[in-house]
This record gives sequence, structure tokens and C-alpha cells, in this order.
Amino acid sequence: MTVPSPEAFAAPPLSLSRSRRRALRQNWERVASVLLLLPSLIALAIFVYGFIGSTVFVSFTKWEGAAPDLTLVGLRNYQRLFLGAGTDAVRFHIDIRNEIGFTVLFLTSCIVIGFGLAALLDRRIRGEGIFRGVFLFPNAIAFIVTGVAWRWILTPGDVATGPVGVNLLLERAGLGFLKSQWFTDPTVLHISPTSQFGQLLNQVGLGFLANPDIGYALAVTSLVIAATWQFSGYTMALYLAGLRSIPDELREAAQIDGATEWQVQRYVILPLLKPVTLTVVIILGHISLKIYDLVVAMTGGVSAGFATDVPALNMWKTTFDATLFGQGAAIGIILLILVATLIIPYLRSQMRAETQV
Amino acid sequence: MTATVRARHRASFRWTRLFIYAILILFGIWYLVPVYVMLITGFKSQIEALQISTMWSPPAIIGFKSFEIAWFGAVNPASVGLQQGFFNSLQLTIPATLLSAMIGSLNGYILAKWKFRGANILFAGMLFGMFIPYQSILIPLVQTYKLFENVTGITLFSTIPGLIVAHTIYGIPITTLIFRNYYAQIPTEMVEASRIDGANFFTIYRYILFPLSQPGFVVVMIWQFTSIWNDFLFGVTLANTPKVYPITVSLYNIAGSFHVPWNVQMAAALVTAIPPLLVYIFLGRYFMRGLMAGSLKG
Repeated sequence: MTVPSPEAFAAPPLSLSRSRRRALRQNWERVASVLLLLPSLIALAIFVYGFIGSTVFVSFTKWEGAAPDLTLVGLRNYQRLFLGAGTDAVRFHIDIRNEIGFTVLFLTSCIVIGFGLAALLDRRIRGEGIFRGVFLFPNAIAFIVTGVAWRWILTPGDVATGPVGVNLLLERAGLGFLKSQWFTDPTVLHISPTSQFGQLLNQVGLGFLANPDIGYALAVTSLVIAATWQFSGYTMALYLAGLRSIPDELREAAQIDGATEWQVQRYVILPLLKPVTLTVVIILGHISLKIYDLVVAMTGGVSAGFATDVPALNMWKTTFDATLFGQGAAIGIILLILVATLIIPYLRSQMRAETQV
Repeated sequence: MTATVRARHRASFRWTRLFIYAILILFGIWYLVPVYVMLITGFKSQIEALQISTMWSPPAIIGFKSFEIAWFGAVNPASVGLQQGFFNSLQLTIPATLLSAMIGSLNGYILAKWKFRGANILFAGMLFGMFIPYQSILIPLVQTYKLFENVTGITLFSTIPGLIVAHTIYGIPITTLIFRNYYAQIPTEMVEASRIDGANFFTIYRYILFPLSQPGFVVVMIWQFTSIWNDFLFGVTLANTPKVYPITVSLYNIAGSFHVPWNVQMAAALVTAIPPLLVYIFLGRYFMRGLMAGSLKG
């Protein structure tokens, strides 16, 4: 039997103190990590959450004019927008109508074009890189540039100039009947209250549906064209990434089972792309709600009968041009609520998916 | 399959291929139309640009006069050139990009490798900041800048530093997100091994993560550069003099005045689009990654 060496006895206390030292070190490192994160957290706490709170507060005040007037007026600013009889209510109702029309058409066209192009590009296309590059480059360009370029292309022309831009092309191609007033078109498609259908609706108590506020302003189409030009390539990229992540075996298995090309797309590929579509809807949806620069650049911010007015533009004009700060703040908060209802569930699901992994 | 059936099959296959290429090329043309229009109109003389009947045709004589006016401005019809806006945008985009990238890298490191309790909720709270409509914070932002000036004497409203501050702070969520996802891919075992060798919080970042960060920095900086360069809302709200206007506001003033001829407008639009387009052409791969990160899924 050998006598244990002194080192062996000394070992346990040594390792204990080492582990304690490590724990201590971890503690100061934990503190350091939080301390370094703190400036960002404080900045965002103020600039995001503090400022949102402050805007909510301003939206409850009657602040009009350059100097702040923080007299509380309750929900008056919101009431004026939703239920008022003045021009601000008229304008806001039109904004909501335009925003809905724009969002629906913008999302639909981006999804159809984006998915279509992705499905085509996924078929071993020669020069795929070039196509992808061309489809996606508009996304790198400023909305202001897009707006200026498309305004020139979609300028309708008048008696003095004759047809301009796309209208000129249409006329030359013998498609003159397709000519349009584009973003200057004051027409609002809606059910006329004096039409037979309108009267019928009125009789069954649905008369409110026969109203220009429940309709679609044709001028919005021009905004949709320009915005789709800018974002359909991005949608394509998202779908293409989704398609590339589907293993080939799945398609092959379906084909071996006798599925036609169409059936494979419809019953195998499309269901697997649902998460991509959800992402697209949320990302494009919140961009659509915030749309501002494009409208300003295309229309100069003014349109007959507010035909291309949107909430984000209304907010800016009401606040900084008309100096109705309380009213502007209310529009800003309504916009925020719309975006939040879209984004918060999305953020939550993303975070949850991550913790599961 | 008999030979004729196979041949017919092959023929139909060839037709579908042709059809697919035709659609792809058609869409390619559609995406290029605005660039074509900007180019041909920008290189026309004013007299030629006024000829509506040839607006879709290339210029008869290629001239740079429109670009000259777009850049330097003109007396009649009066316009302020893009020159000042271009340099303003460079002056604010570069520092704001660098700052927000540095901050994002540190935040990303902490949130990926030093997860503390509640880190994920805090992170989600940070991310929300990149989705909000800035219309919901503009009023207090302007007021805070003015208040800050009254208290400290430092002018932020309508100055380049003021724009840098706004772009840096509102850029933190996206830069943090990209770096966090990037650092999450670096194996934690590597970090743990270096801890056993005695590395601490700072040395791990300095000697292990930071040297591996280059692609992350490229993605983040491209993203920030293009989005700050392309921004209009902060520019038009926080700047009220041509001395501070970023290029997008200068372009808007040229295009929005409605008396500046189309050839100058198109030349100005093209000049505004060139820096982000160059980034896209030469660093497209990284641009794509930034776009994908913007949809959260990394």
C-alpha cells in the first residue's frame, strides 16, 4: 500500500477554489454582458416604446398649431377620424378604403407573380442567376426613384400633349380602349345608391354598402403596379428559397404514385409553401400599411378627391403641413395598431419556433 | 413507349421549355422598363425629351446635359442640383452604417452566446422596433431633438448628426437580428473550449467571434447602406434645409416641382439609384442574405 501523495490531499480544496473563481468570473462576465447591452436597450426603450407612449398621449390632446397644447380631450381626435362629419373624417374613410384596395391587390399580384416566377425558375433554367438578378434589382432602389420613374411611364397626357407613356404605347398597338388616366383617375368603383342593386340593398337595410367609401379608386392601380414592380422579385426570392428547401424525394415519390405535374404542385408543393406565404403576407402587409414615399413621389402627395391618399401620407400632411399634431398622432397610432396586429403574433410564433429548436 | 409517342413527348417538352423562357424573358423586360426609360430620357437633350411621340425611342444624339443639370442645378427652370444631397447622404449613411453595424455585432454576440433569463423576450421587444410605422414616433422624435438642444445646446434637428442618431438607433433591431443569427451558427463548443483556455467575455469576442464576423459585417453594412441611402421619411421630417437634405429629398424636390423637364428628372432619379445599384451588382449575394434576414428566418 502506497501512501497518498500530499498533492492528492491538496487537490480537492484547490479545485473547489478554482470552480469558485470561475463562478465569480462568470458573474462579472454576466454583468458585463448585460451592461454592454444596456445602452441599446435604453435607446430602444426611449425611441420606440417611450415615443409610442408619448404619441399616444399627444393623440389624446388638442394640440393644434406649432406650439404644443397638451390639454386633454379624450378620444376626440379618434372620434373625428372615424365618426366625424368634417373633411378629416371624409379623408380618413377614403384612406382606409384605398389602403384596403392597395393591400389586397399588391399582395395578390406579388404572390401570384412571385410564386409563378419561382416555380418557373426552379426548373433547371439556363441563366437562372441572370433572371434572378433582373427580377430582384428593383428591391435595391429607393421608393422615391421608383415613384418618379413610374410617374413618367404612367403619365396619361392631356389634350395638349396627346397620349403619353403607356397610353402612347397602347394607342400605337391599337389598344386605345385600354388607355387610362392612371394615377390621376378620379373614378371610384362602387355600388351606386341610385342603381337597382343599390336600392335593393337599401331596402334590406344594407344601404351603407352603396357608398363610394366601400369601393375601389382606379388611381390606386398605378400605385399597385409600381409597388409590385419593386416587391414581386423579393417575393420570388422568398418562394424560391422555400422551393429549394423541399427535398426532391417528395416530388419523386408523388410522381411514382402517378401524380401529374399539376397534382404535384397543387397537393405536395403548395401546402409545403404555406409558411413562406405567411411570411410574405406579413412582410408585404406591413410594408403596404406603411406605404408613403411611393405615393408622395408618384403624385406629389395630392390627388383629386384623395384618390391616392393613404393613412401614412395623411398622418404626415396633417401633422407637419397642417400642424394638427393631436390629429396626426391619432392617425400614427391607428397605423401602429394595424401593423402590431400583424407583427406581434408573427414575432411570437417565430420566437416559439426558435425555443423548440 | 413507342418511338412516335416518345418523339411527341419530347416535342411537347420542348414547347413547354420555350414557353417558360418566353414568360421569364417577358417579365425580365417588365422589370427593366423603368431603367430603360430613365436611361434613354436621361441621355436626351431637352428639346428631344419634349417630343412625346419619340419618348420610347433611344436618343438621336447622346448628351450629358441632363446629368449636368441634375447634378449642379439650373437657373431656368430653377432647380437645386443633387450634388449637395449626394454628399449629405454619403456623410450620414457611412457613419450611421458603421455605428449600427458595430452596435449590432456586440448585441448579437451577447444575445447569441450569453443568453440570460428573459433574453428572448427582450430580443423580441427589440425586433418590434424594426416593424413599427415611424409615423407613430415622429412627433416625439422631433420634440426630443428640440428639447435636447434647449438643454444641452447641441443641435440635432436638421443636422447631419441628428439624422445619424435616428438611423443608428432605429437600425439597431435589424443589425442585432442579423448578427445574432450569424453568431448562433458559430458552434458554442468553440466558445466553451476557449473559456477553458482562460478566455473571458471580451477576449472571446475579440479573438474568436470578431475575426469570423466579416461576412456578417458585409451583409449588415450592405443592408444598412441601402436602406439609409433610400430613406425618405426621416430625411423629409428631420431636415428642413437643402444643406442637410439627403439625396432622396433632393430628388423629390427636383421631381416634385413639376416644372423641371423629364430628361433632368430621369437623370436625377438614375443618379440617386446608382450607389445602391452598384452595391447590388457587385455584392448581390450578400444583399440577398440581408433580404432573407429581414424576414427573420435567417
